[in-house]
Amino acid sequence: MTAVLARAVDVSRRYGTTVALDEVNLDVPAGSLLGLLGPNGAGKSTLLNLLTGLRRPTSGRVELFGRSPTDAAARRSLGMTPQETGVPQTLRVGEVVDFVARHHPDPVATPELLERFGLGGLERKQSGGLSGGQKRRLVVALAFVGRPRLVVLDEPTTGLDVESRRALWQAVRDYHRDGGTVLLTSHYLEEVEALAQRVVVIGSGRVLADGDLSEVRGIVARSVVSMRAAAPPDLPGIVRVHRDGDRIELQTTDADALVRDLVRSGVEFRDLQVAPSSLEEAFLTLTDGSRADRQPATTRT
Amino acid sequence: MQLALVHTRYQFLEAIRLPIVIVGNMVFPTVILLLFIVPIEEIRASPIAATTASAQIAVFAVMSTCLFTFGVGVAEDRALPWDSYLRTLPAGPGPRLAGRVLAGMTFALLGLLPVILIAALLTAATVTPVQFVAGLGVLVAGALPFLLGGFAIGYSMPSKAAIAVAQVLLLPLAFGGGLLIPPGSFPGWLDALSTWLPTRGSRDLLVYVVTGEAPRMLALVALAGWIVVTAVLAGWAYQRDEGRRFR
Repeated sequence: MTAVLARAVDVSRRYGTTVALDEVNLDVPAGSLLGLLGPNGAGKSTLLNLLTGLRRPTSGRVELFGRSPTDAAARRSLGMTPQETGVPQTLRVGEVVDFVARHHPDPVATPELLERFGLGGLERKQSGGLSGGQKRRLVVALAFVGRPRLVVLDEPTTGLDVESRRALWQAVRDYHRDGGTVLLTSHYLEEVEALAQRVVVIGSGRVLADGDLSEVRGIVARSVVSMRAAAPPDLPGIVRVHRDGDRIELQTTDADALVRDLVRSGVEFRDLQVAPSSLEEAFLTLTDGSRADRQPATTRT
Repeated sequence: MQLALVHTRYQFLEAIRLPIVIVGNMVFPTVILLLFIVPIEEIRASPIAATTASAQIAVFAVMSTCLFTFGVGVAEDRALPWDSYLRTLPAGPGPRLAGRVLAGMTFALLGLLPVILIAALLTAATVTPVQFVAGLGVLVAGALPFLLGGFAIGYSMPSKAAIAVAQVLLLPLAFGGGLLIPPGSFPGWLDALSTWLPTRGSRDLLVYVVTGEAPRMLALVALAGWIVVTAVLAGWAYQRDEGRRFR
């Protein structure tokens, strides 16, 4: 049985009357690369805030390395990134890294770390003068300064260009290959697919699914088949119908089968388009459905 | 302890890269001294009156730095993602708070430099070296209620509210505590009210050390009470703080 580095047990968190997390359970075993997937506002950041000791749960229990995360000693082997790109603008890159390094007993040498994240030679630059991509890489690099056993990355590549994104993904994979544990959030299915082995899907403050990549892909990967027609066709595999004038959008888990059925059915249609549905759209149906059935769905639909 | 110095150093670096912040601390007390003390012959030429007036302005300068750096500064920092990040590092609140206090008090004392220079060069104000050193110590001790009160403000409200509260507190506390006009010239009712303000206790203590004017005992007791009250408020505000919340 592998050790569990971070754990949430029946955790709820309310802000006033808003329920951000509703009886969430989560285990992060040592050596795993776990993705938290969900649309904006699903409760991902709140869960990370609880696990890293920034906030306390309203009810339930959180553990980090077997202790309360609000206990500073529990965070000794934790690596975290500042949200957004919020490093002090007037400090130089080297100063920011040194400052964080001083909190750890055996930090990675600053030049080595900067080199690893493609920031070599920028030590003397004020961090406010970095490009957006460089700032993003700097904040992610900070998570790795203290040779952590668990790294928590909140939306690590939001707003990054393709090249920087791939470089960051590679750094995360290297760390995991060397035995590190990663918990990352994203609202891009693509990012979670590229990195995670296990995926926990969160929507409206609840765990909707917890499984390996292929299981979760089956749940959240939807396509939208849209066309102009007089009325929505009555065909199997349609999860959601949206009408805008004579434009009809059909959300489905299997666009190939739906299009085949559509053609075979002989219904009149024009301007057929097939597009992947955004995670937000997929979640609309998931969260609707889960209200009736509170069991997390873990099987392929 | 070492981490406290690391935090102090970075507070310094951040502030020094924006020197206008430090200069800003120096300007207001300097202007008051130049406009309201130096031109008035009876104060400028009298060693006791000039020393008293300069001491009062020193208390004012330190109070204003405390309310603004600790009150407004903390409230502003709390809204930044960087501050949340620092709270995930494996250190308790101690080093960060200690760093803030050390850096903040150093800036407060730096802000006094022009006041000390003007008082020494342009007025009859005079202190012995022992009085000067004791005065600095008393000044720092007397700043405690403002330092702790600043933390209470900073950790309990958003920065715009903190600015408003700091501004609302500053002048009544300064005037009521006898920092702008010596309390000797107060009418009886104002003198009685003044005794209960933390500024009066700080002022009386410092003026006693540098001129020998007897402090009002009740004001010193009230000052001690304020230190306890603001410490409790600061502790409470810090405990309940979870970073800036947006609704």
